[in-house]
Amino acid sequence: MDVLGNYKSAISARSTDKDILKKAQDGGIITTLFAYALEEGIIDGAIVAGPSNEPWKPEPMVATTKAELLAAAGTRYTISPNLYLIKEATRSYGLDRVGIVGTPCQIQAVRKAQLYPIGMRDVDDKIALALGIYCMENLSYQALEAMVEDHCNQKMESVKKMDIGKGKFTVYTERGAVSQMPLKLIHKYVQPGCHVCLDYVANLADISSGSVGSPDGWSTVFVRSTKGNAVWDGAIKAGCFETKPMDQVKPGLDLVRKLATEKITKNQKNVDARKTVGLKADGTPKGLRNPYESP
Amino acid sequence: MKPAASKPQAKPAVKPTDVIVEKKVEVVQKEEKPVAEKITIGELHLSGCTGCLVTLADNYEGLFKLLDDYADLVYALTLVDVRHVPEMDVCLVEGSCCLDDKLSVEELKEARAKSKVLVAYGACAAYGNITRFCRGGQWNQPGQEAFVPISEVVDVDLYIPSCPPCPQEVRNVAVMAYLLLRGNDEQKNLATAYLTPLMQLAQRGNEACGCDLMYDVINQGLCMGCGTCAGTCPVRAVTMEYGRPNVNRDLCIKCGACYSQCPRSWFNFDVMNNYEGIMDAIKGAMQ
Repeated sequence: MDVLGNYKSAISARSTDKDILKKAQDGGIITTLFAYALEEGIIDGAIVAGPSNEPWKPEPMVATTKAELLAAAGTRYTISPNLYLIKEATRSYGLDRVGIVGTPCQIQAVRKAQLYPIGMRDVDDKIALALGIYCMENLSYQALEAMVEDHCNQKMESVKKMDIGKGKFTVYTERGAVSQMPLKLIHKYVQPGCHVCLDYVANLADISSGSVGSPDGWSTVFVRSTKGNAVWDGAIKAGCFETKPMDQVKPGLDLVRKLATEKITKNQKNVDARKTVGLKADGTPKGLRNPYESP
Repeated sequence: MKPAASKPQAKPAVKPTDVIVEKKVEVVQKEEKPVAEKITIGELHLSGCTGCLVTLADNYEGLFKLLDDYADLVYALTLVDVRHVPEMDVCLVEGSCCLDDKLSVEELKEARAKSKVLVAYGACAAYGNITRFCRGGQWNQPGQEAFVPISEVVDVDLYIPSCPPCPQEVRNVAVMAYLLLRGNDEQKNLATAYLTPLMQLAQRGNEACGCDLMYDVINQGLCMGCGTCAGTCPVRAVTMEYGRPNVNRDLCIKCGACYSQCPRSWFNFDVMNNYEGIMDAIKGAMQ
């Protein structure tokens, strides 16, 4: 598979909903798609990263209204274990059509839950829309705290927006301060599990989206599956998005491909290095577990 | 002494002579087989709660479709009137094996000898599950206390963990087993790729616990906090705290669901990348 996965179309897009754009990280693609899908009855609810009682710490939630979606809009650069709620949504909430948003690894988990529903009773046919977000790596909450409070010298609760782009991690506060740190410095905080990840643009999602490749305030969208294609076409017809062809925007698809290749090449090396990290008594290398080979 | 009840009088089996005996119309319904050759599946019930068997039935009309087109159920408690373990292609074994019950041991060995593929169906057969906690002294067999996963007694080809396993998973395995045994080359390859990780699980061992998330995922530097383990745990023993699973070991029943469902226990790109095609194929097969 290509580093960008299979896709039917790649588009640069931005939501036409002003309320969503105010809250969105970039083009408001995920929030708008879920709002449209809720409105049309394509989904009964969506598992999203909602607010919690700690600043910038997401808590997975099942959103069934646009207001709840808006409360969950925007990126928080830490872990939201959205799969936690998958049976909660399908069984406790009794939703027949569930939307879920996730990082590439979480979308992988969704597909594994559908193809191998070992402990995922009655889930496989209830995933109506799986939306993926591009992800280079993720951070524990404590790591994010260290970056914001130690490196950027801002209080978590005073932050209005966080952003990663152009080689920098940027924090905008409520009172207008802007603090930055170079991305290079955050590498030591990246959770180890991300170093073996071989997916950048959520290859297995129905539709995936992220800022890379499109101008500020816009997102690059990959429409992948038959299901995703139908939803995207419907949303375009309903006027949910402004769009531009990818070959007419800067920096364009080449940058997405470059970053995807970098991530996957680096992490494939990590996966390979795990095979020879140790030493056996006979002098041959001893390896760590490789999830891509066997359990 | 009870008073001896008078025996009911048997009616004479003599036909009155004036009854006209018409030639009996042959009404033996021959089962229509749209598919040339079905596979045969049986379910051997050992020390389990019957939840796994019920799970098979929880496919509802899907079970009928399976039995119509792909598999004959040749042996199963309450569902099939067959007393002795027959020859079969796939044997699903439910429950752990009680070593104090000689019949269980004998039947398990017989099932192994008479089946092509022996499946540990459900957590008790695969990992012992809740029977791992048995210490004997229970009604109504206080003397039975030694329960082991079936792989302690026989070789096992494939695991379907979780308590209970999910109807959709046993359905998928049944369809794949059909493709493996009766399909063309392409279908055989798909089925082999699909079943491989479940066969590898059987090779991995017969101990499971929420601790596997610590030992084989987090300690190995592989966890990325997706929440699958917490979502899949049938007894809600796993919660997510700051992006990592936290296992309440007093609640854990050792069913193996969390680890086998974890995308970082195994993730086979050759199958997963084709998820849309495979899901459509299974859906198509069940229509």
